[in-house]
Amino acid sequence: MTVSGVSRDFPKPHPSIRGGAFYLWFRRRSTIAVMMCFPLLALITCLVAYPFAYSIYLSMLNKAETAFVGFGNFLFLFKRETFWLVVQQSILFALVAVIFKALIGFIAAHAVNTIPSKGQRKWRGMMLVPWVIPPALSTLGWWWLFEPTYSAFNWLLEEFAVPAVPWLSDVFWARFSVILVNVWVGAPFFLIMYLAALKSIPEELYEAASIDGASAWQKLVHVTLPMMRNIIAITILFSIIVTFANFDIVRVLTQGGPRNSTHLFSTYAFRVGIESGDIPLGAAVSLFMFPALAILAFVILRNVRQRTVSI
Amino acid sequence: MADVSLTKLHKSFDRTEAVCGIDLEIADNEFVVLVGPSGCGKSTTLRMIAGLEEITKGDIRIGGELVNDVPPKDRDIAMVFQNYALYPHMTVFQNMSFGLRLRKYPKKEIQRRVEDAAEVLGISELLQRRPKQLSGGQRQRVAMGRAIVRNPRVFLFDEPLSNLDAKLRQQMRIEIKRVHQHLNTTTVYVTHDQVEAMTLADRVVVMNNGLIEQVGTPGELYHQPRTHFVAGFIGSPAMNFLDCKLERNSGNLEVKLGDMLTLQVPADRGSRYEPYVGRGLVFGIRPEHVHEKRAGEDAFAEVMVNFIEPLGMETMVYFTINGVELCGRVSPEADPRPGQTISLTIDIGKMHLIESETNLVL
Repeated sequence: MTVSGVSRDFPKPHPSIRGGAFYLWFRRRSTIAVMMCFPLLALITCLVAYPFAYSIYLSMLNKAETAFVGFGNFLFLFKRETFWLVVQQSILFALVAVIFKALIGFIAAHAVNTIPSKGQRKWRGMMLVPWVIPPALSTLGWWWLFEPTYSAFNWLLEEFAVPAVPWLSDVFWARFSVILVNVWVGAPFFLIMYLAALKSIPEELYEAASIDGASAWQKLVHVTLPMMRNIIAITILFSIIVTFANFDIVRVLTQGGPRNSTHLFSTYAFRVGIESGDIPLGAAVSLFMFPALAILAFVILRNVRQRTVSI
Repeated sequence: MADVSLTKLHKSFDRTEAVCGIDLEIADNEFVVLVGPSGCGKSTTLRMIAGLEEITKGDIRIGGELVNDVPPKDRDIAMVFQNYALYPHMTVFQNMSFGLRLRKYPKKEIQRRVEDAAEVLGISELLQRRPKQLSGGQRQRVAMGRAIVRNPRVFLFDEPLSNLDAKLRQQMRIEIKRVHQHLNTTTVYVTHDQVEAMTLADRVVVMNNGLIEQVGTPGELYHQPRTHFVAGFIGSPAMNFLDCKLERNSGNLEVKLGDMLTLQVPADRGSRYEPYVGRGLVFGIRPEHVHEKRAGEDAFAEVMVNFIEPLGMETMVYFTINGVELCGRVSPEADPRPGQTISLTIDIGKMHLIESETNLVL
């Protein structure tokens, strides 16, 4: 649309300015916008695109990295029982851990939200501690609690005449332990996200629901959950990705044992790629979940976007 | 339908008393408006009737039943909120039917009630939209629809029009009045806008500092205000006030406004004002009772116009007497200009005298 009497052209440079066309191009908003994006593009290229492309390239080489083998490494993995054990354990670990983190975070967020705002800060701070401590360090503490010789848990169980539990040496208990520690570390993230979501729900909606005749449970189902749906979806997506990629807890606590039963993709990739010296195979392991997670992320984010448009 | 009765109702927040023991009887089918400045306790009173705020002391009865400890859902009331409080994830139909669905009404009955209410409010074509896709006025109608479908005993409105522009507000005022005439449900309406209060109410309750200043019909409040506050709050532009003294001069009572101005008190008010001779009082006169001097009238004062507000059918003139800025209403033909000196007269029969100590209108 043109407005009469108003020129939308840029002012012509003074004839004395040399390189007028370049000057004009340089001053264009779109040129400036692209130039301002350069630092971010450079960072993404260096830190995301290059490593990702390089790991795809690596996963298609032979062990000595001298020959291109296509999907050979992947086909090799599919034939190995240990790999399918890792797939099974990774899915079990991620699903159980994320479900419990979400549940505990949701309940804790509600509990913290009921505390008067004056005293809420210290509780929020305390409950964030497990998430703030570097997991490798806190897992060492947990290892000490589980470790058979000094296990504080077993000492406690013995006090109640319950037989000692082989926390890290039995398949079931080892899986239980790594999931427990992951839940302990990750639940505060859900707590803080859900707490922020809860606080953003207008109080008037609950008042309107009270007058409409809703019980506390009905308010939760018909007001709280639908209003938190986007945050719940994004938090769970983020947590699934991070939990699948978890390394430090398993590495410190069980190192994948007993009998490879607690390995996740990242710890198994480390075992195969670094400790066994087969970097291309390790790269293939670490890339295995990428397509599934990418599709999951796409679906969840599309739903979130659709809801954001309509609500 | 039901009557609502408030008895010695108190509400304190920590050490602050928001409502200081009010008594109010609202008759069945009546439209009562609580009006007052911000912080006067009107919304708190409404929220106590709704059950959203606990009562510190006193009693609330709806239809004769004591409801102090009855939760909101069991009071059979419906409320329209200032920000509409529509559920953003539900369609208009779902918003309006939510209360009925929770009460497990049959589907057909829900459908019928929602469609009837939508028709009354003219929102039938919006039933499948979400609140985000509606304008402010449409959202307001949906909020009203949500209240109507329940067919409650009492409607509560908490400043429902304050987020709308002036034109829409006027339209919605008419809409609310129409709905009330159609349904005849007892209604308690809170607003800080006195025009809304005067145009909607059967009776207006003027509140200030947690207390009721006066309860009356719009006409009573306008013509016979009981206190200084009500006299100043009701009416736009506000009533003019001037300090004065009541004196007797050769048998007649006179109001002295400073050294220069003296007004004869109408004979029919002599006995009413007699006990206050010699006491400090406040003289009150509404702007519409101060106008340009016409042929055969005595001038009240010659004043210099400070500024004017031309409103089309009338022009408000602002001038200063005894250091106090006052307002009068003149016809546009008088064509007053700022800086010009004009002669004004007043309808002395419409004056009010207020006792300074008690703030009561005499």
